[in-house]
Amino acid sequence: MAEYSLLSLLKNAWSGNRDWKPAWRKPDPKPEYDVIIVGGGGHGLATAFYLAKEHGITNVAVLEKGWLGSGNIGRNTTIVRSNYLLPESIRFYDFSVKLWENLSHELNYNVMFSQRGILNLAHSPAQADDYIRRGNAMRHGGGDGVWLTPAEIAKKVPGVDLSQNARFPVVGGLLQPRAGTARHDAVAWGFARGADRRGVDIIENCEVTGFLRDGDNVTGVKTSRGEIRAKKVAVAVAGSTGRVMRLAGIDRLPIESHVLQAFVTESLKPFVDTVVTFGGGHLYMSQSDKGSLVFGGDLDGYNSYAQRGNLPVVEEVMSEMVAMFPSLARVRLLRSWGGVMDMSMDGTPIITTGPLPGMYLNTGWCYGGFKATPASGWLFAWTIAKNTPHEINAPFTLDRFHRGAIIDEKGQGATPKLH
Amino acid sequence: MQITCPYCGPRDLAEFAYQGDANRTRPDPASTDQQVWNAYVYDRTNPAGEHREYWQHAGGCRSHLLVVRSTLTHEITSVGFVHDKTPSPARSRRRGSSKGAGA
Ligand SMILES: Cc1cc2nc3c(=O)[nH]c(=O)nc-3n(C[C@H](O)[C@H](O)[C@H](O)COP(=O)(O)OP(=O)(O)OC[C@H]3O[C@@H](n4cnc5c(N)ncnc54)[C@H](O)[C@@H]3O)c2cc1C
Ligand SMILES: [Zn+2]
Repeated sequence: MAEYSLLSLLKNAWSGNRDWKPAWRKPDPKPEYDVIIVGGGGHGLATAFYLAKEHGITNVAVLEKGWLGSGNIGRNTTIVRSNYLLPESIRFYDFSVKLWENLSHELNYNVMFSQRGILNLAHSPAQADDYIRRGNAMRHGGGDGVWLTPAEIAKKVPGVDLSQNARFPVVGGLLQPRAGTARHDAVAWGFARGADRRGVDIIENCEVTGFLRDGDNVTGVKTSRGEIRAKKVAVAVAGSTGRVMRLAGIDRLPIESHVLQAFVTESLKPFVDTVVTFGGGHLYMSQSDKGSLVFGGDLDGYNSYAQRGNLPVVEEVMSEMVAMFPSLARVRLLRSWGGVMDMSMDGTPIITTGPLPGMYLNTGWCYGGFKATPASGWLFAWTIAKNTPHEINAPFTLDRFHRGAIIDEKGQGATPKLH
Repeated sequence: MQITCPYCGPRDLAEFAYQGDANRTRPDPASTDQQVWNAYVYDRTNPAGEHREYWQHAGGCRSHLLVVRSTLTHEITSVGFVHDKTPSPARSRRRGSSKGAGA
């Protein structure tokens, strides 16, 4: 398989781009693997890549029920950041940002990681205190947080309504300069290609319909393409966690599935060169390289496995957008869609051994799992290879809920609506 | 999505506040078993399909409702008052379909 380089680009341009080879094979499943990964989203593919690259475990299959990238990896608003408060979260997401910074190079695949920064607008003195505290925690943990005054915001993001008559006047904002966006499909494709060329079988249109068991031990999976045995079975199915784990007899988890919507406008000339979030409600937006504004808000708010949302949230998101950028009131919306989120009960992910012997679980990404993709894959691969979590994901095990060791960024107690 | 409130009839989703999973039973308050309480507080069945859940008609009569809804299609098969314990399908269907699948 060809390396992507200036030379290969020129060569293929010369021959009319007819000779590019597919980026990954389409193998039939083998009867047995060392590791099976259920779910070909960002996290499953990254896990396969790092299993092969970091641990030399290449007899691996990734089983995906649809096509590669059909889940949330292809549905998100592509924001990458590590502006968290608690030390466990800061350490994890900073580790992820560091992997992002070298990812295109590591994969020899341009994931278009653009460190354009993220600006969280604050709209009251109390919110400002809260954000400044978070910024200080980030700096304390070795990260980057900068407080901007309204005058500085006016320079950085000219369209924001900074008038004191606004319904939620802006009092300042927390900027994380190293945050940004990446091309979500490219992340899936880059990890897939990287895993494939190291020997991993990526098997699309292969739905896991049950688990093979020897007593408590998980020894493989039943699929729409037959039974496949494995020494280790790792589940990374994001919003489908409840359904898939039920097939293994696990019918209760600290997870609820909820729908989150995203929106894209018609293309505009360059308008905003950073990610901006509205703190008077909940809205985050950025401008894609094609010129469209990409944005989203809150969950619809009730349990859902439907990959589509309802209108009240559409209305709310649009009104917040116009409150933040009044000049966008007449911009037309092109598309909207929904994705099913694996909302954990403390808002923090789960990367764990178990809950059954021979099984490993990666879930609870809420609506912030895209930015975690490289770190999640790296740490899940470690956990699978060594049968024990790495020190960075040791606080993220499933038993934390029953040990009273939850990681609750917002201090809101058990609720599946955090992020 | 619409929910048919037993008092007010079919009303738009925007009038209702979601109050969460109604499948859980609060443990005996005298129980001191930490595992039992942790499971009650954190663990959910999270079914793909029929889900018993609480809603409040916050923008209407303010009744607390027990609703059975499919998490796959948003189809609502019954709505009753929380204090009735068992939701009555007849009541919600009287005013016609409360299907109102998600837009
Ligand atoms: C609208 C929206 C906006 C978002 N915005 C952001 C953002 O700005 N920043 C951010 O960090 N995160 C964001 N997220 C969250 C992020 O997209 C997810 O947390 C992350 O993609 C989840 O991990 P994944 O990529 O592995 O999931 P997925 O891509 O969903 O992968 C899971 C895969 O498992 C497969 N699967 C399910 N069941 C089976 C089965 N039985 N057998 C085989 N395969 C199966 C599915 O088909 C799917 O491909 C957003 C999500 C949504 C929906
Ligand atoms: Zn009512």
